[in-house]
Amino acid sequence: MAQEVSLREAYGKTLVELGRGNPDIVVLDADLSRSTMTRFFASEFPERFFDCGIAEQNMVGIAAGLAASGKIPFASTFAVFAPGRCFDQMRMSIAQPGLNVKLVATHGGISVGQDGTSHQSIEDLALACSLPGITVIVPADAVETAQVIRAVATSYGPFYIRLCRPKSPLVYNEGYRFNLGKAVTMRQGTSATIIAIGIMVAAALEAANNLKREGINCRVLNMPTLKPIDEAAIIKAANETGAIVTAEDHLEHGGLGSAVARVVARHKPIPMEFIAINDTYAKSGTPAELLKRHGLTAKDIEQAVRSVIKRK
Amino acid sequence: MPLPESINLPITSVDKLKAEVFSSLSVTEMKMIAKRLRRHIISTIGKAGSGHPGGSLSAVEIVTALYFRILRHKPQDPQWSDRDRFILSKGHAAPLLYATLAECGYFPVDELPTLRQLDSRLQGHTDRTVTPGVEMSAGALGQGLSFAIGIALAGRLNSQNYRVYVLLGDGECDEGQVWEGAMSAAHFKLDNLVAIVDNNRQQIDGWNRDVMNLDPFNKKWQAFGWHVTEVDGHDLTQLTQAFNRAKLIKKQPTVIIAHTIKGKGVSFMENNPDFHGKAPTATEVEIALKELK
Ligand SMILES: Cc1ncc(C[n+]2csc(CCOP(=O)(O)OP(=O)(O)O)c2C)c(N)n1
Repeated sequence: MAQEVSLREAYGKTLVELGRGNPDIVVLDADLSRSTMTRFFASEFPERFFDCGIAEQNMVGIAAGLAASGKIPFASTFAVFAPGRCFDQMRMSIAQPGLNVKLVATHGGISVGQDGTSHQSIEDLALACSLPGITVIVPADAVETAQVIRAVATSYGPFYIRLCRPKSPLVYNEGYRFNLGKAVTMRQGTSATIIAIGIMVAAALEAANNLKREGINCRVLNMPTLKPIDEAAIIKAANETGAIVTAEDHLEHGGLGSAVARVVARHKPIPMEFIAINDTYAKSGTPAELLKRHGLTAKDIEQAVRSVIKRK
Repeated sequence: MPLPESINLPITSVDKLKAEVFSSLSVTEMKMIAKRLRRHIISTIGKAGSGHPGGSLSAVEIVTALYFRILRHKPQDPQWSDRDRFILSKGHAAPLLYATLAECGYFPVDELPTLRQLDSRLQGHTDRTVTPGVEMSAGALGQGLSFAIGIALAGRLNSQNYRVYVLLGDGECDEGQVWEGAMSAAHFKLDNLVAIVDNNRQQIDGWNRDVMNLDPFNKKWQAFGWHVTEVDGHDLTQLTQAFNRAKLIKKQPTVIIAHTIKGKGVSFMENNPDFHGKAPTATEVEIALKELK
């Protein structure tokens, strides 16, 4: 098993590094800086850190005003609260005017675990992707998180970046370079393609390894930029492997699976299976228990690959 | 509908205005401007066939005092980074802001009759991506104060001495986000920020006190840590004095509660909630313009 590292910590430390290099970087939080890890930035640059208290809508609006005045704001809270609680603020204060706000939400998905339904964000990607003009990114591990945070700091426009709560296995080494808008081929293969995001990338790689023993050679794509999605990589996978399984810690509606299916339906209809949460709320449990209960494990991906191949 | 030129501003004032960084018209000149703005509001909403006359008319003097006396701005350079900012949080008063910006020279007055038409730069509610001089895309009430706070914080971080003015509706203050903003502006000690409440005491469903009571309004702002002043929102002298006095308040944001009349200046629109979001008919436009001679 690869080393497990915190994405949130990678985020917090990268912010500090960016702050040292660029005085226009400012950071906002809503009384969660110890969880989102923006506190690293807060302690080094107190004058450029704004704790807005437990008032997420106000935080999103303030971030928009800072961006409209030339600052590069990173605003953080839990994904259930932004976009969840701040959808209209994201829509009118950030997305419509196309302002340079980087909303970095942590605690995405059911891998949040014991805190239960209120804290498990399973709709955030659907909400964020529904907003015209916002770029949506889901890093797969700590290495990719650091890369993504650096990339968005120098890329003008509104971004939504979703991080998970638990430490996650590294799927990249330090030499990895994130390429905005591009899928990453994690593993070549011709039997089927598994397209995954976030914590499901590690599970997809594990599934591909196990399937190899059965003679099934899966291609694995990580799709860190969920919107705009890398259509070329999906079309190529559809042409060359003839079957696709998507995997995400999010509702089946409006997330990765929906986005991939739209491309497939338009350009190269082939059989697909979807590993995602099926129109329900999760409850308390350990992350591993919940992922198992909701069918988000390597074993579930393997089963989906076997059945999608039969439909080729 | 081209505007009858019966109320012409002395040409010297217009020239002065367009040439200078900021203008300083006399109260008499501002009164003439206010009347012109009211005429624009009536004609443009009348022509569009929809829009919000009531809350546009109530804020005419507030916006006139700001743009023609208080704000440092350059209509020929809307992105000038040291400009004072005016944020219209109650975005449905867009016809008033458009008329004002046009009279200042941000875009031609001839463009005003395109209000709400397909491909017009003058959208039904303000849109900062298309209209020169518009700072915020508004229309979803409750968001403007937060946006203004962000701009005020940036000014302080950059050691720029611009000031930020944000106009709220009183009904808009039902929104929780307004009070989140109020709390944080005082917490951040933003003395470069002034909120003005167009306190016409009405919202869509009727009088504030019947729909959702805001009283004691003054005390609420005070309790949130703001310096509070109350003025007659149709008195240009009181307004300019209040704006100038606010510059002297330190370590605290100022709110100016401007007592106004919804639909002010048109007899059948005054205090009439029917004209919150309804356009006047052609006949009503005619009567209104006669009253605004
Ligand atoms: C968030 C939100 N809710 C509802 C509306 C619909 N709306 C438009 S104007 C208005 C009443 C506003 O009242 P007030 O702020 O007092 O404005 P004024 O009376 O000055 O026009 C409402 C409810 C809106 N634009 N935004």
